[in-house]
Order: sequence, then C-alpha cells, then structure tokens
Amino acid sequence: MLTFILKRLGLAVLVALTVSFISFVLLFLAGDPAAALAGETASGEDIEAIRRLYGFDRPMLVQYVDWLYSAVRGDFGESYYFRLPVASLIAERLSVTMTLGVCGITFALLTAVPLGVAAAIRPNSIIDRVALFLSVAGQAMPSFWFGLILIVVFAIQLGWLPPSGASSPAHFIMPTIVLGYYAMPAIMRLTRAGMLEVLSSDYIRTARAKGAPEGRVLFRHALRNAIIPVVSLAAVQMGFMLGGSIVVESIFALHGAGYLAWESIARNDLPTVQALILVFSMFYIVFTFLADVLNAWLDPRMRSS
Amino acid sequence: MALTESTDPLLQEITGPTPGQMLRKRVFGHQGLLFGGIVLGILLLVAIFAPLLAPHDPYAQSLMTRMEPPVFLGGTWEHPLGTDHLGRDYLSRLIYGARVSLMIGVIAALISGVIGTAMGVAAGYFGGRVDMVVTFLINVRLAMPVVLVALAVVAILGGSLQVVIVVLGLLLWDRFAVVMRASTLQVRGREYVAAARAIGASTPRVILSEIMPNIANNLIVVVTLEMAHAILLEAALSFLGLGVQPPTPSWGLMVSEGKNMMLFEPWLVLIPGAVLFLLVLAINLMGDGLRDVTAPDNRS
Amino acid sequence: MDKPLLSVRNLTIDIPVGGGTLHAVRGIDFDLNRGETLCIVGESGSGKSLTSLALMGLLGKNIRRSADRMDFDGTDLITAGPRKMRALRGGRISMIFQEPMTSLNPAYTIGDQLTEALLLHRKVGREAARARAVELLEKVGITAAESRLSQYPHQLSGGLRQRVMIAMALMCEPELIIADEPTTALDVTIQAQILRLLYDLGREMNMAMILITHDLGVVARVADKVAVMYAGELVETGSAQEVFGAPAHPYTRGLLRCIPLPGKTERGSELGTIPGIVPSLIGDVEGCAFRTRCPHALPECRAEIPRRGAGEHLFRCVHPDGAVSAEDVPA
Repeated sequence: MLTFILKRLGLAVLVALTVSFISFVLLFLAGDPAAALAGETASGEDIEAIRRLYGFDRPMLVQYVDWLYSAVRGDFGESYYFRLPVASLIAERLSVTMTLGVCGITFALLTAVPLGVAAAIRPNSIIDRVALFLSVAGQAMPSFWFGLILIVVFAIQLGWLPPSGASSPAHFIMPTIVLGYYAMPAIMRLTRAGMLEVLSSDYIRTARAKGAPEGRVLFRHALRNAIIPVVSLAAVQMGFMLGGSIVVESIFALHGAGYLAWESIARNDLPTVQALILVFSMFYIVFTFLADVLNAWLDPRMRSS
Repeated sequence: MALTESTDPLLQEITGPTPGQMLRKRVFGHQGLLFGGIVLGILLLVAIFAPLLAPHDPYAQSLMTRMEPPVFLGGTWEHPLGTDHLGRDYLSRLIYGARVSLMIGVIAALISGVIGTAMGVAAGYFGGRVDMVVTFLINVRLAMPVVLVALAVVAILGGSLQVVIVVLGLLLWDRFAVVMRASTLQVRGREYVAAARAIGASTPRVILSEIMPNIANNLIVVVTLEMAHAILLEAALSFLGLGVQPPTPSWGLMVSEGKNMMLFEPWLVLIPGAVLFLLVLAINLMGDGLRDVTAPDNRS
Repeated sequence: MDKPLLSVRNLTIDIPVGGGTLHAVRGIDFDLNRGETLCIVGESGSGKSLTSLALMGLLGKNIRRSADRMDFDGTDLITAGPRKMRALRGGRISMIFQEPMTSLNPAYTIGDQLTEALLLHRKVGREAARARAVELLEKVGITAAESRLSQYPHQLSGGLRQRVMIAMALMCEPELIIADEPTTALDVTIQAQILRLLYDLGREMNMAMILITHDLGVVARVADKVAVMYAGELVETGSAQEVFGAPAHPYTRGLLRCIPLPGKTERGSELGTIPGIVPSLIGDVEGCAFRTRCPHALPECRAEIPRRGAGEHLFRCVHPDGAVSAEDVPA
C-alpha cells in the first residue's frame, strides 16, 4: 500500500512538471511577454529594454528553470495587469472556485447516485428512462447556455435568485446546478452500470439467502461495491470541474480563479495565465491521486496488494 | 420463385436472417440511433447547402431592421427568425453557423483521431516502454485544463476558425488514445492475430488488416463523442469571446452577442443554444446507438 | 416421524422467453423428514438449481413459480410474504451455493459476513456472534480461526471459501440446508473432504439436507432419498437403496451406467453413454421428455405418463417395470 502511494506520488510530480513545462513552452513560443508588458504605445527600444530587464532575452530553458524554482517556493512573479504578486492574487480568488467546485460535485453526487441506483433497481422503468434522458441531455447541454436560461427563468422572470455575484449562499445556487449538471451524466451512468452488475452477482444472492432485508442488500451489500469506481470518477470530475469553472464563473460573474483566468487571458497577463494553468492542473493531479488512494482504501483487494 | 423470397416459416427458421438483415433490424429498432441519425443528416445537408437555403447574406447588416422578432413572436416572413443587433438575418446566420460547428467537429475529431489512434494502437500493440510513454502522455494531457489552455493559445495566436480547429484537434486526442489502447490490448491476444503473425505478416500489416478492422467500431463511437466535445468547446470559447471572431456566424458567438439583449429578447439566446444542443444531442445519440448496435454481446 | 419437515407437491416453474414460455420445472413432488438427506441428481439444465431457488423464494422477478403445496414445518412457502420468507432464509433454511469464489462479498471481512445472519435472526451480541463464528470455523476445519475473521474473501483459497460458506450456512443451526453443487468449483481432492464435512455436520446437528449434484458416486454414499431429475421432471424418486438397487426408469439406468460405482461396476467393463440431447422445453411439453433418447420409446410415450411404483419408490414411465431387459441392468 505504501509503495503504491509512493509510486503514485512520484508519477504525480512528474506529470505536474511536464504540464508546467508544456504550458511554459506554449506561452513562451506564442507570445512576446516584453511587448505585452510594455503596453501598446511602447516603442521598439522600450520593449528591448524591458526584455533585458526581465531576462526575457535569456534561453527558454534557463527562464523555465528560473520560473520553476520560484514557483516551487510559491512565487509566481508579478501580474502584468494588477502589478501584484500572482500567488496572492490567485490565493484570494481560490476560495470562490473551491466553494463552487465542492458544491458542484456534491450536487452531482446527490442527484446522480440515487438516480443511478433507482434506475438499476428497475431497468427500463419510468425512472430509468428519466435518468437516461437527464444524462443524455446533460451531456449535450452547452453549460453557458444552460446558465443563461437559468438566469432568464429564475433571476429575471421569477426573480427568485440573484443573477450574478458571490456575496451570499443564494448566489451559488445556479452556478452549482450548472457546474454539477456537467458532472452528473457520467456519475449517473457509472452508478447504474455498477449497480446492475453487482446486483446480478453471486454474493448478492448469498445476502438474500441469509435473509437480509432488501434495503440492507441494496445499500450495504450492493452499493458498497458499486460505489468504489464512482468515488474515483467523482474525484476526477472534480478536477475537470475546477478547470471548467472558467465558463460558469464568467456567466455568473463569480470572481473566482476561473474568472481571473478569463480576464488574464483577455489582458495578455502571461504570468497569471501560466500560474493558473499550473494551479488547475495541480488540482486535477491532486484529485486523481486522492481518488487512487481512496479507491485502494475502499477496495480490500487493492488495499492488501 | 427465388429462394430468398421464400415465406416458408420452416425454411426461414433454418436459414435465419443474414448478418446484414440483423444489423438493419437492430439499426432501425434503435430509437436513439434513428433520431440522432436523422437530425444529424438534416443538419449536415443544411450545412452543405447553406448558400441555397439561407434567405439572406449572413453578413449583410441593415441598421434599419435591427432586432426584429421571429415570426412566432409577431415578426414577418422576410426574416423568419428575426434579425440580430446589427440587423443581420438570424435564420441565415444560424444556417451558416451549422457549417462552422460541423466543420470544427469533423476536422478537429479527425486530427485528434489520427494522433490518439496512432498513440493508442502503438501503446496497446507494442506494450512495454511505448505503452509507458503513451500512458504518461495521456496523464499529462488529462491534467491540462482544456478550456484554459485552448483559450490561452487561441488568444495568443488570434482567433480564426483554422486556429480553433487545430488547437482543439491537438488537445482532444486523449480519449482516442485511452480507448484505442484498451481495444488493441484486447484484440492483440486473439488467435487470429497470432495466426497472422505465424504466417509471417509484417507488423504494419497485422495492425492494419487484423487489429484495425476489429477495433473500428470503438473508434467510430469515440469519433462521435469527440466531435460533440469539439463542437461544445468551440461554442464555449466563442461565447467567452476568445474563439472564432466576429462576424463569423458561430452559434456560441451568437449566444454571446445575444446575451446583452437577453433581458428583452431572450430568443436571441434561446434559438442558437437550442440548435447547438440539438446537434450535440444528435451526435451523442448516434454514438450511443452505434455502440449498442455494434457491441459484440448484442449480436446473438 | 409423523409429519415431514418439508413437503412439496406439484411445483412448477415457468420462465417467459422471447418466443413463448420455458417450462423449466414441471410437477415436482417430494417429502423430506428432519435429519434426512435428499439428493437431487440430473444433468446440467434439468432444473435442479431452479427447484432449490424456488424453495428459498429467490427466483428472479420474471420467473413464475406455482405449486399445490410447499410446506415447511407448518409454514406455507407459497403464500408467505417477504418478511416471513426473510425470517426463514438464513434462520431456519440455509443455502450453500456452487460458486465459492464469487459468493462472498469482496468488500467485507469473513467475520462480518459470518456473523451477519446470526445478528439478523437471533438476539445475540457482537461478541457472542464472533465467538460462534470462531467455533464454526474450527468445526469446518479452518485453522487459526480467530485471525480469519478479519481477513477478506480474496485472501482465501476456493476450498477455504467454501468452508466459510458452510460455516455461514450453519451459523443459525438451520433445520434445512440446501447445498447446490457445493463442490463442483473445487479441486477434485478437496471435493470429497468438503462433502464429508457437510454430511457429518448435518448428521451431528440433525439437519435435513437437500444436496444437489450430478455426482452419483457422492449420492450413493450420503443419500437417504434420491430424486432423479430429467428435463424439469422428477422421473424417479425413492430411498437410496431402492433407486440404486432397482432403478426403474430408463434414464436412471442410463445414468447409473455412465459412472463407475464401487462394488457394482466390474473392472474393465465399459461405461455407458446416453445418446441424444435434452429436448427444448419451450412451448407445450407433453408425454415423457426422455422419449427422444429412450431405447424403449413407444407411441404411448407421447401421452400423459402415469406414475407407477410402490411405497416411496415412484417413477414415471409407460413400462410397468421400466422394461427391464438384460442389456439394461447395470453391469
């Protein structure tokens, strides 16, 4: 178990390094940071001066190592736009994004797992069809459009919820639904498929032969096994969702890390974008790592091997 | 009377339906596949014949007729779906928008399909180091936040249709690689592959004529999924203002442009979003249907 | 004994399939007294497992079960509701399945799974339940029983798992154990051990047992009563001596010729085979199902077959004594 965790940890670090290198190269090749920093009115000489001042004239690899060395110590440089340390800028915005992510995955799990279980208990029943419809629709729904519809209906027409901002829990309801609905279909399908498979297994028959009540058979014996892959999927989805929060945050004007990313890209604020790519991929890496560990812990067959 | 037209039930029972007949029966018996196929077919025809179908030039502005409502909201048949904030005919923009979405879906899926399939098949077939490297690359790719990276790169390179297509094509190969790797691993151990090797077939030949035909059904399913994915991503990028640039008629961009008038003219947002939803739904239903119909356990 | 523990009359099981109804089990009758062992023998697909699942009320949702009588110690199993059935299952009737590798829940420890039935059915505490589990694990011959309780199924071999399954079935001291081919999935060397164990424990606790098997060698050693099943019907029932000593139905005789029996089969003699295949049971089934493979089939075999015999030894065949002829007597 410990060697498994260590191996998995090593892989995670390697993946993070590669991601940071690729994104650094992408942004390095694509843009001219000196020009971006100098602004549109700057002359060629000014840009040259800035290039030398910030060390942009050095070889790319040197710059990358330099950047990485600072990044490891939590220093992501200074935002071109805000003229503030990128690290504190992101830290400030992360709480909104994390809140949104946690709410979103909770919403997704609370809707998808019961629906998946109910659908698996009675395949082809009405509830199974409703669940299937919801998941098919969820996969095809453009999240920005879904968000706008919610705003039109619940904020403008009915006036029940605030259309944008993040100042109260009510502000998070619509963004949670939009973000959660994005993760729901996959979780629902996996729960349903897992339950169907487990319910037809021999050990469920054994449990019934022992005279266990149906609820105990379903939840203690069946769901306990079917939920194992769902847990890791949920963690992976959480990583994806944080990356996808950029769309949701822009619709609902939630000033989280996603919104910051959107602004920074539009403003050519390369250090901030670079740092955000790393932060979001770190989230994904951490969540998949946790998923693997959790998975190994939940499944006795993996725990002991 | 020809033997094939025999109505003798006994003979029917003995000969049974041919594989082709069975496939046709399954295809037409699958509602999702049928619905998806028909909707996708119609939208494909609309995209191809856009110049013939569109009542107006999708770029022609007319400041005198701005934001006219659609027919069902009291508009005129001159502009069946009304006009946008620059007086452009909404139906025509919608029709040309199908071209943008489908082009992005098809070409991006092609690019990513070639990359991902090559990586996945190589990993599954050769195993060992190759597999390790490919698996690592898949992990790296999955860890990159797609929307963010795509936005950043498109923003830096400039948002043209070509740039968006290429960027999405280079980003969305992960699922191809994952599925093709698993499928190849499964097929590699089969007897007919061993048989082909035993008679001295070369590696490319084994891959092309023994492996590929047997994993093609999975490939088609992933193609549909990634087409849908690419179309949704383009729409999201364009919606955020960092994808396809105006005045190109992209559905995502149309939603974005309509957003400011959403309070008074919600149809500006509803119509392009609904069409986008319909297209992606049709593609996904096609993919699910194809998977059901071609799944080996469904063949008996 | 005055009244049988389990009494079944005319048990019928129908399964709806694509083109009609599969009459999987038809008109099963038998009685079982306390402490007795009944062996149901027959080839795969003859309906043995379905019969046992029907007794437990564990048939799938779409499978139809009917019977004139299915009485377990005064409880009518046909009309018993889910609650009543649950109380019987695991409490008074236990079942051992044929797949020890997959019949234990991979997510819980052996201890959890052993004590579950006891905690569900009897008013005992956790500690008492665990003590009982250890006691039974030792009884079924598992060493270091105490430490096994915290192990998971995947850590045990198939033979050990089947021993655990047996211990699990015995936890509540049931009056009836149904064992559905409990050894088929195991190594041949372990099969005999497990069966011997099951049989001895059954005797020791005075449990009635229904043992489903296609191993006639086993039947000859452990059975009090034998029921021979073919294509969903009991073609011959009786005491073990009667059925083995004077098999009356051509199918029984065919079966007996297929296996060597110690003391009965001569060295060097050829073993028999039964040519042909089991007929389809979809749609109306009339007459003797074995007639397509029977060497003595007559036109009358298409009609309703009378039940013949004396006392407990009954068989379904048109031939009064099963058309005993020299070539059919077990060599």
